[in-house]
Amino acid sequence: MKKITAAGLNLHYGTFHALIDVSLGIEPNKITAMIGPSGCGKSTLLRVFNRMNDAIEGVRVAGNVELDGENILAYRDDEAIDILRRKVGMVFQRPNPFPLSVFENVAFGMRIHKLARGRELEDRVAESLKAVLLWDALKDKLKRSALSLTLEQRQRLCIARLIAVTPDVILLDEPCSSLDPVATLKIEELMLELKKRYTIIIVTHNMAQAARVSDETGFMLLGRLVEFGETSRIFTAPQAKETEEYITGRYG
Amino acid sequence: MRDANLVIRNGVNVGFKAVIIVFSVAAVLPLAFILGFIAFQGISALNLDFFIHGSKPTGEVGGGILNALVGSGLLILIASLAAVPVSVVTGVYLAENRTSKLAFFVRWAVDLIQGMPSIVLGLIGYAWFVLPIARATGSGVTFSILAGGLTLALMMLPIIIKSTEETVRLIPVSLKEASIALGVPYWRTILSVVLPASLSGIVSGVLIAVGRIAGETAPLLFTVFGNYYFNADILKPSDAMPLLIFNYTMSPYDDLHRIAWGAAFVLVAFILILNIFVRLVVRRWKIRF
Ligand SMILES: Nc1ncnc2c1ncn2[C@@H]1O[C@H](COP(=O)(O)OP(=O)(O)OP(=O)(O)O)[C@@H](O)[C@H]1O
Ligand SMILES: [Mg+2]
Repeated sequence: MKKITAAGLNLHYGTFHALIDVSLGIEPNKITAMIGPSGCGKSTLLRVFNRMNDAIEGVRVAGNVELDGENILAYRDDEAIDILRRKVGMVFQRPNPFPLSVFENVAFGMRIHKLARGRELEDRVAESLKAVLLWDALKDKLKRSALSLTLEQRQRLCIARLIAVTPDVILLDEPCSSLDPVATLKIEELMLELKKRYTIIIVTHNMAQAARVSDETGFMLLGRLVEFGETSRIFTAPQAKETEEYITGRYG
Repeated sequence: MRDANLVIRNGVNVGFKAVIIVFSVAAVLPLAFILGFIAFQGISALNLDFFIHGSKPTGEVGGGILNALVGSGLLILIASLAAVPVSVVTGVYLAENRTSKLAFFVRWAVDLIQGMPSIVLGLIGYAWFVLPIARATGSGVTFSILAGGLTLALMMLPIIIKSTEETVRLIPVSLKEASIALGVPYWRTILSVVLPASLSGIVSGVLIAVGRIAGETAPLLFTVFGNYYFNADILKPSDAMPLLIFNYTMSPYDDLHRIAWGAAFVLVAFILILNIFVRLVVRRWKIRF
């Protein structure tokens, strides 16, 4: 059973056709990488999965996108969408912790969704920080402002804040593009660790990263999903000419 | 040749700098004189009695500004209570809906109120607040602290709305997205993320607005009127700092002039301290992303 399936997905920004007939299936507990040149619709696709495009004016979405067999595009009331966003968390390109303490960042979602309080809240904050391997570095600095952390730590904190509200799926939109190579490798290790418990979809411009961490890869071009399949196959024997040109760096 | 050129250029530079400094000093000088003069005239009036006594019957020497202090305090309190919630909500709305038609009209109305002469706002306060309050309480036409406070609230609106809008606008979208993406409802995101991150700007706006209305006299003439007796009932007329200064200055008694100067000094010091507090303390809370 696939975690997420999209069928005949089309998205317009006003008159601009940003996603054209996209169909795919995302495997649970795997890392799926979306690659493609700038502006091809990777972020747009990702933001369909947690309905983050809803906030943008003039967006029209058509087709079928199912999470665990339920069509998420059919959700109309805000509550259903909020619950969806808890299930499908998102990590952004630039780490965006709240201007609060480390502790309060992780506790934020749990407090608002009333998932835990008191002792249990503290335990779950600790658990989340352990899951992103920040606990040892920060366990004595929980009261520090999150804005005092390094970029890599901030990105980890954003992931911790996310998994604290117990999502199923984690969407990462170029999560390493503001990090240095060492920090990037560390975040990749973290992703490999996290996929045991979560389904992960990552957008990346870094071919090597896609090849290193992902199980499946989709290549997009001008709003279409050109090719989708096992990463090892996509990188060794791409079927479409465009895919081959792109991954060998001959595109454009 | 080159050297001569250089000398001329340096000369021009120095001359220009001198002009800038002279003009800047010239601009600040009147302010310094005003403050110095008020302090010179006012400080001698200050003592404990000055603060803990109300006005004495006409002709008697002594008396203080207690009535006016209490009146002004209540006015500022009521004005703030009325203006802050409305202005903050409006400011957030304007920042969040930059292009909507309603926002356009609201912005326009806000500019209009800001440019309104305060005497006109006083008349509006009379029509909108004094008369209806009189009708509601059935006690004939009665000026009151409540009416004055609501009128001053009108003057606070534009200042707080604008500072709120500006601050909220500067909150990075990524911060809002972070919260929305956690499944936090929009209104909750505004309350728990956007407003706390905007606190410094909003508080600055409120304090600056308080400083702005503390000395307003014209709107009070038609709404609070003044009162020779102590009053802390918000449905009754009251004295207030600007009214006291106005009335005492118009009187023929030297003693009252002295009290008026003292009151002027207290008022100016209050506004000055408020401004310094905003600059040195509140602006420091500002979060840098
Ligand atoms: N809010 C919007 N309104 C109109 N057009 C948009 C909007 N957001 C994105 N687009 C357009 O949709 C297309 C896809 O954008 P998207 O951000 O999904 O690309 P991307 O593949 O993520 O690119 P990048 O690699 O640069 O992040 C682009 O051509 C972009 O200009
Ligand atoms: Mg993108």
